[in-house]
Amino acid sequence: MSVVVETMPPVPTRPWRNSKTTGMRNLAAIVLAVICGGAINQVTGLSGFLGLFLGAAFLFPVFVAVANAKRGANVVTDRIASAVIAVGFIAVTIPWLSIFITVFQKGSEAFHSSYLTDDMRITPSGDDLQYGGIAHAIIGTLLMVLVATVISVPFGIIAAVYIVEVKGRFAGLIRFLVQAMSGVPSIVAGLFVYSTVVILFGGFSAWAGAVALSILMLPTVARTSEEVLKLVSVDLRTSSAALGATQARTVFTVVIPTVASGLITAAVLGVARVVGETAPLILTSSYFVATSTNLNDPIASLPIYIFSNLGLGDQNATARAWGGALVLLGLVFFFFLLTRIFSSRIKRK
Amino acid sequence: MDSQVNETTRPHITAKVEIPEQRSKLHTEDLQVDAASKSGLEARSVHAWFDKHHALADISLHFPKNTVTGLIGPSGCGKSTFLRLLNRMHEFIPRAAMAGEVLFAGNDIYAPGVNPIDIRRRIGMVFQKPNPFPAMNIGENVVAGLKLSRVKTSNKDALIEDCLTRAGLWKEVKDRLGSAGGSLSGGQQQRLCIARALALNPEVLLLDEPCSALDPGSTLRVEETIVQLSATMTIVIVTHNMQQAARVSDYCAFFLSDGGPGHLVEADLTTNIFSNPSDSRTADYVQGRFG
Amino acid sequence: MGLPFTVSCEHYGVQTTVPEKRSIDNNLTRVDKVFHNLVTLGAFFSMVVLAAIGGFLLYRGFEIFKDFGFSFITSSKWDIGNPEDTSTAILGIGAMLFGSVITAIIAVVISVPFAVATALLIEFYVPGWIKTILVSILDLVAALPSVVFGIWGYAVLLPLVEDWSVTIEHYLGWIPIFNVPSEIFGRSPLLAGLLLGLMIVPIITSVAREVYSQAPRELIDAASALGGTRWGALRAVVLPFGRSGLVGGTMLGLGRALGETVAVYLTLNLVFEINFKILASAGGNVASLIATKFGEATAYELKALMAAGLVLFLVTLLVNFGATMIVNKSRKIV
Repeated sequence: MSVVVETMPPVPTRPWRNSKTTGMRNLAAIVLAVICGGAINQVTGLSGFLGLFLGAAFLFPVFVAVANAKRGANVVTDRIASAVIAVGFIAVTIPWLSIFITVFQKGSEAFHSSYLTDDMRITPSGDDLQYGGIAHAIIGTLLMVLVATVISVPFGIIAAVYIVEVKGRFAGLIRFLVQAMSGVPSIVAGLFVYSTVVILFGGFSAWAGAVALSILMLPTVARTSEEVLKLVSVDLRTSSAALGATQARTVFTVVIPTVASGLITAAVLGVARVVGETAPLILTSSYFVATSTNLNDPIASLPIYIFSNLGLGDQNATARAWGGALVLLGLVFFFFLLTRIFSSRIKRK
Repeated sequence: MDSQVNETTRPHITAKVEIPEQRSKLHTEDLQVDAASKSGLEARSVHAWFDKHHALADISLHFPKNTVTGLIGPSGCGKSTFLRLLNRMHEFIPRAAMAGEVLFAGNDIYAPGVNPIDIRRRIGMVFQKPNPFPAMNIGENVVAGLKLSRVKTSNKDALIEDCLTRAGLWKEVKDRLGSAGGSLSGGQQQRLCIARALALNPEVLLLDEPCSALDPGSTLRVEETIVQLSATMTIVIVTHNMQQAARVSDYCAFFLSDGGPGHLVEADLTTNIFSNPSDSRTADYVQGRFG
Repeated sequence: MGLPFTVSCEHYGVQTTVPEKRSIDNNLTRVDKVFHNLVTLGAFFSMVVLAAIGGFLLYRGFEIFKDFGFSFITSSKWDIGNPEDTSTAILGIGAMLFGSVITAIIAVVISVPFAVATALLIEFYVPGWIKTILVSILDLVAALPSVVFGIWGYAVLLPLVEDWSVTIEHYLGWIPIFNVPSEIFGRSPLLAGLLLGLMIVPIITSVAREVYSQAPRELIDAASALGGTRWGALRAVVLPFGRSGLVGGTMLGLGRALGETVAVYLTLNLVFEINFKILASAGGNVASLIATKFGEATAYELKALMAAGLVLFLVTLLVNFGATMIVNKSRKIV
């Protein structure tokens, strides 16, 4: 026997969600904080946008506390904590945003129709902005990064294979050293390459720059590859071994192809990490004004292009530095997007 | 007969809901309870969702004051979900939702303006795995709730002794209140967690399979504690152990999920559930024929 | 007898001795032996590089340590004297080391609270899809080149900090570290430290986030069930749980800040004196010293820069060893 009841279907609700009044209360606290921040702004020396933000940032938690005062000390503390955490996060994102916006604004001033295809061979840095370009620096950077990738990726993957696949006696030590190596200051890597490659092979060269970059790239590649190789299930390895494959064959024909996109991510992450390295290049590849692909000579690079133009103090040169920063930011962004694309492929597997 | 309810007549979420007639006498007025005990805890047509998944359908149950109610049923039938709905812990799961009402002392705990923190303070909870705070010693663990909910107490030491005594742990730990909670055995840790919940003087205590991680000896000690506590507070206990349900509970509610959302099959006096259940599935379950 | 097998009576009787353990020989094939050896060899490349960095810098800078001894580290004077006569040179990196430390400390003090707030926000306050976006932004900021930070710090942050410094000195000048007798503000340790702080927030945040996310769910539940608010649960469970991980992440950030070159070069006025007045436009760090002096250095000065590089290398290596050990340990607990 069952009873047939005519009812409305039950409606899923979330009564714990902030009600409209709570939302309004928070909004009111923000608005009030900004208004009062503005007032303080006018009356005292805390001027400009930052003064406004500082005033609002300190007042917001106070107003939140007042708004919730009736609900007990416990709730008030909780709301103040939430407000402080939100303000802290916003405070740290404002400078980051400012970096992106400033680079974009000031950098675009240096752009003209052939900025990306011209070099500085016949243009002094102080010359008008419609002359000259940045092609030599882009080509130099990409060339050195390419060579650095060719050097560091095999070693990085080998270190990861040693830790994950071979599981050798020194796996812990190697992992530890790789982690420690990621903390080597970039200028120290530059000094090292200067004291070896540059001194021994007679002068600054793109080779030296690439070697310095590869030292800085290696830890990123090795650590990311290690994480990636760990994603390969043990079953896959066991079943390959059960088919009579040697470990070497398993690694090369089963493990590495399975996570190929992950290993590419590792390489691209390494590239994104070093493409803007400046300090080591001052000591290794130096600077050159014309487009060059000769690895035995000094070569231009984006970071040094920015750095040396900035050092001149000339208005047009400074504008060129910002243009270089914009191009560099674009490159970092591009490589960063590449890592996202490749890593989303790993997840889908 | 009710026991012949077809599998297909389970509640589905359509405009026309077919619900097997609930055998629960606990939410109806005809159950003989005195006026004072009506102030306990009552769920009215409670549903629960996890995102789109309808986990629990139409539960109506009354937990009379100062009684022990056992929630029984196979794994995945929504007992724990239901328990967490009773003290507003359900909402911590992202994308969870609910419907219906939970009345505590006559008021809906999900009504707008109700402070969930107060609810959790007045409706205590003990979890499956003993979870004393590792950064605190035994004494600090007992009064952790006071610190967390900012309740002042005049005599902390007396409170610690009182709670540990009520949880049946005082004699074992009175000389080492300063040592870490993790140094106790599993059973002792669980009683410490009960003492920790008692420190807030809750009116209701929810226990989510409190003995499933304990050895039989510790289980007995915890059960003794539960029976003693039921003199002064309403207790709801989720358990997979039929003997335990029979030993400690006054009432029992049998939950079941046959593919769809978990629902209440029947609720009655524990003696009836075990000796004379109205639904054949209840009989099968309590006699160990499935689940 | 034609039995194809022998029956041992011991199998039926009571065995009195435990059989000896047989070791299973996992003899690698020749291919795998070669493979293992090659991989092991390649894996030690990182060790070779680290050793070579230390070795070569020591080799090139050895003369400096021999000539100046401990005073190379403590003295603040940098004077090459007569370029023809190395014995007239007085070289010491005391002021630069002090500058490295003070800018890094300012960076850490400023960035840790913000990193903790950001990590807590990401892990416990925002829904999943916002979390994904925020993590991406953090990763992107972590990959921003230091020269971009530097140029922004020079153009945007410098005038701001100069303004604030004047105000701070006006009101708090009686505190020695905020006192600026020279009245020259601007490219000060505060500016460099602030900029370094912005650079290391993503590093500290990502480590903190990782440890916080591993805080046991059941303890957070327990705290909530005891009437704890979200903040109460975070303070009682998550923050204590993540403390050592946070220390490790902070040390990683410290290492990065100690070794930063270009951002400091652009935002800190290189002056060879120990300057603890953080608003005054004077300071420097070891890395920016190397970048500044490298271009026109004499052969002898170059050796001093190599020696300075070695000191910087050892200091950052030490900090990173410590950080790595602490971070790894806090991962293992989980």
